[in-house]
Amino acid sequence: MPADYPEAKTVPVYAEKLAWLEAQEAPEPGQRGRTLARRAWASLWPKALAVIIVLAIWQLIHISGWKKDIFPGPGGTLGNLGDQLKTGLLWHAIATTAERAVIGFGLAVLTGAVTGALVSRIGPLRAAFGSLITGLQTMPSIAWFPFAIILFGISTTAILFVIVLGAAPSIANGLIAGVDYTPPILLRAGATMGLRRLSLYRHLILPASLPAMVAGLRQGWAFAWRSLMAGELLVIIANQPSLGVLLSTDQDQADMQSATAIIIVILLIGIFVHTLFSMADNAIRRRWGLVGSS
Amino acid sequence: MVRQVSSVAVTERRAPATAVATGAVRLTGVSKVFGRGSSAVQALDQVSLEVAPGEFTCLIGASGCGKSTLLALVAGLEQPTSGEVSTGEEGRGGGRGVAVMFQEPALFPWLTAAGNVEMALRARGAGRAERRQRAAELLRTVNLGDFGGKRPHELSGGMRQRVALARALAQDAGILLMDEPFGALDAMTRDLLHDEIDRIRAGRAFTVLFVTHNVQEAVRLGDRVVVMSSRPGRVIDEFAVDIERPRRIDSAPVAELAAQITDRLREEMSRDAR
Repeated sequence: MPADYPEAKTVPVYAEKLAWLEAQEAPEPGQRGRTLARRAWASLWPKALAVIIVLAIWQLIHISGWKKDIFPGPGGTLGNLGDQLKTGLLWHAIATTAERAVIGFGLAVLTGAVTGALVSRIGPLRAAFGSLITGLQTMPSIAWFPFAIILFGISTTAILFVIVLGAAPSIANGLIAGVDYTPPILLRAGATMGLRRLSLYRHLILPASLPAMVAGLRQGWAFAWRSLMAGELLVIIANQPSLGVLLSTDQDQADMQSATAIIIVILLIGIFVHTLFSMADNAIRRRWGLVGSS
Repeated sequence: MVRQVSSVAVTERRAPATAVATGAVRLTGVSKVFGRGSSAVQALDQVSLEVAPGEFTCLIGASGCGKSTLLALVAGLEQPTSGEVSTGEEGRGGGRGVAVMFQEPALFPWLTAAGNVEMALRARGAGRAERRQRAAELLRTVNLGDFGGKRPHELSGGMRQRVALARALAQDAGILLMDEPFGALDAMTRDLLHDEIDRIRAGRAFTVLFVTHNVQEAVRLGDRVVVMSSRPGRVIDEFAVDIERPRRIDSAPVAELAAQITDRLREEMSRDAR
């Protein structure tokens, strides 16, 4: 039965007083005046500068003549990269590697989320597995490969297995931390509102743990990408060109220009995905008011 | 709803208190001890208190008198060590039919002002259209009709606390518990919010249990002021506030009664110090 409260507009003097008061104390709006182009420029130029400095140092080393026969300059390397981008092989390799990354990371998210949810909810499980999960995080994933290869042979499954082992602990830990750090005052507010069990999780605990979860996903991605690269260098599958296979072939043929070009591709993909996670993180922080709007 | 923990109450063969009227609060011989052994702290000692439906009762006392513990017991957030707490409200949606406002607004930062109010409606099982309409109404009630789309961090302290008030009203509970809700606000904002509470209660007189350490505020708002002692918390006195509304916090009758209550509190505190 909704109660009828008198509307505020019946008291105009009151509303006026209030509006004046609030104009005094409401937080300042952020720097809205800056245009998108200016903001993009402000965030881009330091990065462009960094790239230029790296290329300049690289060029200087090349000019100095150090290991002249085998150490390529930036010009030759970038030319090589441009040539490779025109062939189908590099794109094919990128597609294979990206597919493994997506599937592997997806499985890791699933495994990590289920583990994290169970461990954070069930006390005995937490006592048993909490420190084990943290321990697994420090385990260098390359050490799992002998185990994975014996178990699954030289196959994509072996690579995916190691990606999951490498990335899932970070994702699970992110979720557990998020659940743990849900502010108690919000839990009390939720309890008095009548949020219970599932609805408490859905409407309060999960959204409250979102920032920690995104941090866990970002770290999980870094581990997944490292595991994948290690895997592709160790588990060479015939007739399946991947970035790891190309790199390994370049090593066999001592093709330094091409090897450097592939390394640049690997670096760029890693940075690109990391940037996506950072954008998600920033969007959440802005929404929550944890950072200014600049 | 009755929760009964005490073995004392059982041996006394007290009649079940299920007959408590809607909107009433009754505490009978309630004690609360935190911790155990040598580190045990007695927060409340044999507190009995009865609040009639529609009554506005203020609890006042020095810090550590267990005021907040008392509210947590009534809200069902804590269980009494002994004694009985009952409210006439049937639990709705798993709750006790009791709405709570804390000193902090405790708004969900990922939701807008309207979203926060809607969350309380959602917890009660209201449909989407009803939620939207009701949240807009409630925000207008607390003078925030134009701010439904703002997130908590975009609002001032007073505005946030008013969203929290709208959220508490959204629960449509017969009992509203307020734990120093205006303690962190400046005097002018607090004054306006007092007017607002009066105005809202003119529409529907729900029961209020209001905890504060500000004596003037208690006299400005309450029908009755209950004074508590510290460590352990006990009810030591109570004052009926027979001052006609609308009241002003700086009016002579309010100041006079507040002075009396302050004297009573001082007396109690000097006894503590001895």
